[in-house]
Amino acid sequence: MFETLSNRFEGIFKGIRGRGKLTQADIEETLAEIRLALLEADVNLDVVTSMVARIRERAVGQELSKALNPSQQVVKIVLGELTVSLGGEAMRLSHASKPPTVVLMAGLQGSGKTTNSAKLAQWFKKQGRHPLLVGADLQRPAAVEQLRTLGEQIDVPVFSETSRPVRVARRAIKEANRTARDVVIVDTAGRLAIDEELMAEIGDISSAVQPHYTFLVVDAMTGQDAVTMARAFDETLALDGVILTKLDGDARGGAALSVKEVVGKPIAFASTGEKIEDFDTFHPDRLASRILGMGDVETLIEKAEEVFEAEQAEQAAARMLEGTFTLEDFLEQMQQIKKMGPLGNLVGMMPGIPKEARDVEIDDRHLARIEGIIRSMTPAERTQPDIINGSRRLRIANGSGVQPTEVKQLIDQFSQMRQMMRQFAGFGSKKMNPKARSKGKKGRQRRGGRVTEKGPAKVPKMPLSLPGLEDRVGGF
Amino acid sequence: MFLVVVVAVAALILIGFSWYFLARDRRLERPDSPPLEAADRESTAAVSAAETIGAAPAFRDRLGTARSALGAYLGSVFGRGAISEQTWSNLEEALIRADVGVGTAAGIISVVRAKAADEGLDDASELADLVKGEIVSRLTGFDRSLSVDLVDARGEPGPAVWLFVGVNGVGKTTTIGKLAQRQSVAGRSVVLAAGDTFRAAAVEQLAVWSERSNVEIVRGSKGADPSSVVFDAIEHAAARSVRLVMADTAGRLQTRTNLMEELRKVRRVAEKGSGTVTETLLVIDATTGQNGLSQARQFTEAVDVTGVVLTKLDGSAKGGIVVAIHSELGIPVKLAGLGEGIDDLVDFDPVEFVDALFE
Repeated sequence: MFETLSNRFEGIFKGIRGRGKLTQADIEETLAEIRLALLEADVNLDVVTSMVARIRERAVGQELSKALNPSQQVVKIVLGELTVSLGGEAMRLSHASKPPTVVLMAGLQGSGKTTNSAKLAQWFKKQGRHPLLVGADLQRPAAVEQLRTLGEQIDVPVFSETSRPVRVARRAIKEANRTARDVVIVDTAGRLAIDEELMAEIGDISSAVQPHYTFLVVDAMTGQDAVTMARAFDETLALDGVILTKLDGDARGGAALSVKEVVGKPIAFASTGEKIEDFDTFHPDRLASRILGMGDVETLIEKAEEVFEAEQAEQAAARMLEGTFTLEDFLEQMQQIKKMGPLGNLVGMMPGIPKEARDVEIDDRHLARIEGIIRSMTPAERTQPDIINGSRRLRIANGSGVQPTEVKQLIDQFSQMRQMMRQFAGFGSKKMNPKARSKGKKGRQRRGGRVTEKGPAKVPKMPLSLPGLEDRVGGF
Repeated sequence: MFLVVVVAVAALILIGFSWYFLARDRRLERPDSPPLEAADRESTAAVSAAETIGAAPAFRDRLGTARSALGAYLGSVFGRGAISEQTWSNLEEALIRADVGVGTAAGIISVVRAKAADEGLDDASELADLVKGEIVSRLTGFDRSLSVDLVDARGEPGPAVWLFVGVNGVGKTTTIGKLAQRQSVAGRSVVLAAGDTFRAAAVEQLAVWSERSNVEIVRGSKGADPSSVVFDAIEHAAARSVRLVMADTAGRLQTRTNLMEELRKVRRVAEKGSGTVTETLLVIDATTGQNGLSQARQFTEAVDVTGVVLTKLDGSAKGGIVVAIHSELGIPVKLAGLGEGIDDLVDFDPVEFVDALFE
């Protein structure tokens, strides 16, 4: 896995702490690292070059802020620049005054047009619209069947016929008028940007249905060629936006930045999984940290919000702060975490994890080992691991099929974590929630309310102030 | 919510580290896997992809239709007179544009640079052959044939299984369709296993190919366990003395642990009966950037990839990531997909591939 950009910067800046300003040489060295990080994320070379130039302009002569160290400061500049480049104004879909609103999907083979047509239909449905899916991909075997199956799943009608794509699209509009569907989503065959014949065909489809929105579907794993492709599609179709797919892998998605820079149209939606619901409007700031290899705290928090039972987790957290967190609690939390997806992905999303830990490929099967060890303990042992002596350890080891040393390691680490959490609790309550502890339960409830109102936007700040924790973890 | 996050983060850290320590200890204990017995190999017949495929269109003819922007760019790099620092940085840029990757590009350049100094080259136009030669040398020395095992574990002839794996949308099903057609034309019987039971209409898509090429297909119900479908296909083939089974699998991102586990199981189960998995082919799309390396690494980890099929090479992307896959992981590209037609799957040829990169 990639070394995080901030870790690399730490190295560069080690020597220059205490100086008030970044020198030209410091900046050049940093910029070289930024260039590398962007290229490794598949951002197009031309885009990288112009972006590095912009960052250079902003960084030179910057006064160092007291609160941030130089590396944090440069990262902040870069992140800001990336977010601006990726974002611009968010895409807002308006609907045609005379329905239906027509959406045309275009892209290379295998970028995910058919699946995302259905996902988009579901999204419109949630907005209270009545979409019609149109299968105009008559090229790939069974593409229309795929769309029909997906249509059934989300209960959206699918229109298609075996004729020519242009004709299918044209008749679909009539069909939508006849059946009073107010959104028409036209799925087309995948095509290469250099295939003149097929590009002309999609041009014809476009002029036949006069789409209100034309989306280019782009695979997050695309390399340098993304730019060539996007330019060609934009010239033929005048794109309105981009749908970024397969963002749930470990691709850093630099292609999105390239396409955005070249086409100048917003990234409207991002698809983050195989399920129909794994589709939402796009968050530029999250992709920015991801491109830089800095972790994706917000997605992590969102996932946590989805799976954690708020009340149970709060109780566990309270016990944790008091230092009475037990192995039983730990087991419970582990079950919840397992629901959040593969552990390796989660660790990858966390900022500030030492390189050593990141490099380890984490296998979820080992969670089962840990689980097994804890499950072989008596309730008393789970609450008070200190009572585990040699013979108890042997029994636990035999019960879970591991070596006694593994049991010991687990218990040692658990105690260390408990200690760490106690210290962290002190740190957290001092810095973050000065009133929270004194207010007790009442305070906690109010905090809960505030988060729902404003969304989790404020929460992500917390991990940025983790360095104390990070040092400790690194010293394990 | 803050507290919830704290719990999540803390538990995550703990789990991560406990695992790290457990794993580290076990890594130390684990003996190296025994080397492959020579005898195992002797029973393996190798089929060159060309032989399997029959008369295939020339690699270069097809690639030629899509000149990359890179070609023109490199022309200017190599035509620029005396070699300077600028030449090297332009060359690096050119390689990066071809998705070769920063690290691999730097490696290639340092070798070429040393050679150029040795040979006392001073004109940039003389560099082209050196660079090509270096990349070709990184791509040669691999066995690109597709093997068909003739004898199973019990010493009886059983079907060879080619397993097709990869992320979503790279062209696994299409590749199998084309390959099946070629086999059928060459008069060999094949059974297709419709192991993609997840994606809507994936089975139908493969069924269309099986009709076109008149080969048998074994399918399970939607959502069935892919391992069982593949197993059934192998037993079906064995009962009819069919020598080759091509197994489709659902596309999956390499980071999906549970799906990779499912794939491991497919491979395991495929060898439970009379079949032997002789090829595990990772299908990679030529537009893929640096993530291709991660795909190759993790699929190999899971199911021991024996070769790569590089698809969609007829576009403007040139698939430079396979250079990195060759040099870093030692996995050869065996086949190249050059279009949607049934004839558009050919043997991978390193020299022509590199020529196309530089065209």
